[in-house]
Amino acid sequence: MTDLVSNGGRFAAITQRPPRPEAVVAAHTRRRYVRERRFKLIGMSAVIVAISLLAILLATVLSNGAGAFRQSYAVLDVRLDPAQIDPSGNRDPEVLADADYQAVLNDALVAAFPDMDDRQGRRALRAMLSNSSALQLRQMVLDDPALIGSTVPVRFLLDDERDQYLKGEVDPSIPEANRRLKDRDIALVDRLAEQGRIETGFNWTLFTNADSREPEQAGLRAALVGSFWMMLICFFLSVPVGVAAAVYLEEFAPKNRWIDLIEVNVNNLAAVPSIVFGLLGLAIFLNLFGVPRSASLAGGLTLALMTLPVIIVVTRAALRSIPPSIRAAALGIGASPLQVVFHHVLPLALPGILTGTIIGMARALGETAPLLMIGMVAFIANVPSGPLDPATALPVQVFLWSDSPERAFTERMAAAIIVLLGFLIAMNVIAVLLRKKFERTW
Amino acid sequence: MATAIKVNELPKTEVPAAQRPAPKMSARKVNLWYGQKQALFDVDLDVAKNSVVALIGPSGCGKSTFLRCLNRMNDTIDGCRTQGDIRLDDRDIYDRSVDVVQLRRQVGMVFQKPNPFPKSIYENVAYGPRIHGLAANKAEFDEIVETSLKGAGLWNEVADRLSQPGNSLSGGQQQRLCIARAIAVAPDVILMDEPCSALDPIATAKIEELIDELRQHFTICIVTHNMQQAARVSQKTAFFHLGKLIEFGDTDQIFTNPKQQMTQDYITGRFG
Amino acid sequence: MSMTESGPIKKHLVRSYDDDMEQITRLITEMGAIVEQQVAFATQALAEGDEHAARTVIDRDPQVDALEERLDQTAIRVLAIRQPMAIDLRIIAMALKISNDLERMGDYAVNIAKRVIRLQSQTRIRPIPTMVMMSEMCQEMVKDILDAYIARDPDKAMAVWKRDQEVDNAHNSVFRELLTYMLEDPRKITPCIDLIFIAKNLERIGDHATNIAEKIHYMIHGDEINRSRDDEK
Repeated sequence: MTDLVSNGGRFAAITQRPPRPEAVVAAHTRRRYVRERRFKLIGMSAVIVAISLLAILLATVLSNGAGAFRQSYAVLDVRLDPAQIDPSGNRDPEVLADADYQAVLNDALVAAFPDMDDRQGRRALRAMLSNSSALQLRQMVLDDPALIGSTVPVRFLLDDERDQYLKGEVDPSIPEANRRLKDRDIALVDRLAEQGRIETGFNWTLFTNADSREPEQAGLRAALVGSFWMMLICFFLSVPVGVAAAVYLEEFAPKNRWIDLIEVNVNNLAAVPSIVFGLLGLAIFLNLFGVPRSASLAGGLTLALMTLPVIIVVTRAALRSIPPSIRAAALGIGASPLQVVFHHVLPLALPGILTGTIIGMARALGETAPLLMIGMVAFIANVPSGPLDPATALPVQVFLWSDSPERAFTERMAAAIIVLLGFLIAMNVIAVLLRKKFERTW
Repeated sequence: MATAIKVNELPKTEVPAAQRPAPKMSARKVNLWYGQKQALFDVDLDVAKNSVVALIGPSGCGKSTFLRCLNRMNDTIDGCRTQGDIRLDDRDIYDRSVDVVQLRRQVGMVFQKPNPFPKSIYENVAYGPRIHGLAANKAEFDEIVETSLKGAGLWNEVADRLSQPGNSLSGGQQQRLCIARAIAVAPDVILMDEPCSALDPIATAKIEELIDELRQHFTICIVTHNMQQAARVSQKTAFFHLGKLIEFGDTDQIFTNPKQQMTQDYITGRFG
Repeated sequence: MSMTESGPIKKHLVRSYDDDMEQITRLITEMGAIVEQQVAFATQALAEGDEHAARTVIDRDPQVDALEERLDQTAIRVLAIRQPMAIDLRIIAMALKISNDLERMGDYAVNIAKRVIRLQSQTRIRPIPTMVMMSEMCQEMVKDILDAYIARDPDKAMAVWKRDQEVDNAHNSVFRELLTYMLEDPRKITPCIDLIFIAKNLERIGDHATNIAEKIHYMIHGDEINRSRDDEK
């Protein structure tokens, strides 16, 4: 009984405390509501700012780059005069290759614009088409010598300035002195259009050609192939090594000071600026091992170096998220530690590892700085045929084109960014889908 | 039952003294340290064949730790050091020649929280026999899965959905699945670490009934916080306190007339 | 050696559990006090032919029954909600049995009282001192066994247990004495038979006191009594 009394005493200080005045409580509640509303407002505005910035970025890039996916062509009727191309008539490929196709082309141009048959006029006509047009004719004849003697309509790439004019990017109201495209050139293009000789189509050149000095001939092929090789090398190097290292560190490594040291360093490595990895790649792969400069191999190795710690950290986190009860269950039934890892822990951690890996790869795909360090910034006009050929990468191509003064290059740069973003979004979507597919509950 | 499977023989070591009915497992002077902290002090305990021994005591008294010594699950904990003599059928399980994987096949374990693998019911049961190579073909696996599930009293409930994930079962069914998984490898001893603490009373009763049936074929050592449960399912009860075995005796005696004051205080709720 | 007898029994962590246990002990004590008085009144009625005392005994018997019922209910409730173990379990289980013994003792006291009242209307016989002595011995045993219960003192209980032999001896001698009276004078057969039954009732009261002694021993020690005094009882 005395206990009960003392019990009451114990709580007396609580239960007998005088109630706070109604007004104080109400004011307190009001303040709390205000604070909550304010916080929500701040959060929402932060989200809105972020989303609008993203929208501005996407809108800019899309509006700038969308044009690059279309290209204007001039369709000319070309008479492939046997006297000009193959005087002997025996279709000798060497003779065919050496023929003066520029003259054939000039004739075709003059045929379309008979009034321009003077020196200046011919130059203006020639400038209208891309400088690869003669080569295009030559290739066409070499591919099919039977065409000689006939008159065929041929689609030629329009010069980039004229292409820009047709896309409405050149304002004819600007004083002639201030623009590269003169009034006469504009008139010529207009006439071409009037004759119905202008065609617009999807710009396959962007994907089939490597870089070029002529914007209308420049494409992303070298960058795409280079990026592909680098991703391949990076993936097959960093994922097995990274996952193996993470599994060892997480599941097998003894807990001692050396392992702690390694762990700290791996974590630090994941936060090292990417340009430092470029320096490392330069020192090790190029200078020490003599990997060819500007090759995808060097880029892939460097990116692998950069991705490795990220994959280790992500994989370890994924492994750590597997409940210990699963390990205990497997061990308790007599599974060896290796079986525990490979039968249970790794499959369960796979979605996490995959997601982390893909995001790490996406980061590597968009990485520019380390590639600049290992000389992948070169002008690559040929599509690389292997990982040892000089190549470039998508982000580097963006960087290169951004430096070019031509308006058409600016447009192509935006297009390259769209392609790059497309790949990154695709990779992230794959990451999300894989996570959804493999995620299991326990 | 998969009892026909040949057991890999554990190496024989010399028996110190002749004991009348040789216990299935016996522990002598078991000391255990987690790093610098000693968790078990000179524990002596015998587990008779086909009996249930219950380990009771307050949290942190070392009963789970001792249980985990019996199949060397403590080996997986860093800084854990065990000393003393623990024998299974008179063979020292801490002997260097003992393969711990084989030991854990002979001494299975069921855990506090039902922890089926995130695989199908069938795979959960077949996993143990698979890694130990106890079955040669699909038919043998099927047979083991069926007998094990029947042994765990789960067959009638899951026979038509063996391919469904083990996690889709209720808590009590999951725990019986874990028991089926444990008996699928035909162990001699089954260790249970608070197997009912996460279950409702009905599921608990089913497990207790199952334990009583399992006792006919296996030797069972169970840790429980529920003293009524210990009293119900076990033949012998051991009371641990602060890493020491305070009292070990017949369950009837421990719960009606304990010899040690500390045991009495604990089981009557006068502790602390 | 049992350790449970050493040192006082500690408090439960759950305070209301102690209250429950206390209530059970209190009910037994209360019941014992009434039964002790009943035996005392019966003894008085027998010794002095006090019919008033005898009627008091009869009137008060329902109190004993009511207490027993209350104790049963309390014990069942505690068993259900506390699931007692060890000493607690023994205290409750033995309380149930002791209450039964006490209730029987109360019934025997009522029987004695009824026969005393009947004796008043029959042929007077000489008071038998041995019988009064036996009655007092029983009353004493009941008192002592209750003291032993309250004190949780198994030694004291054992002392009571050993005294039962004296009651049995007294019973035998009373029986022989009354037998002699009946042989002497057939008219005394009816009162003598009543007296024999009274003696038997007294002897039964002593037996129940020893039963309680055994239960106190089991309650404290948790094992059977050492029957060194086992006899033909």
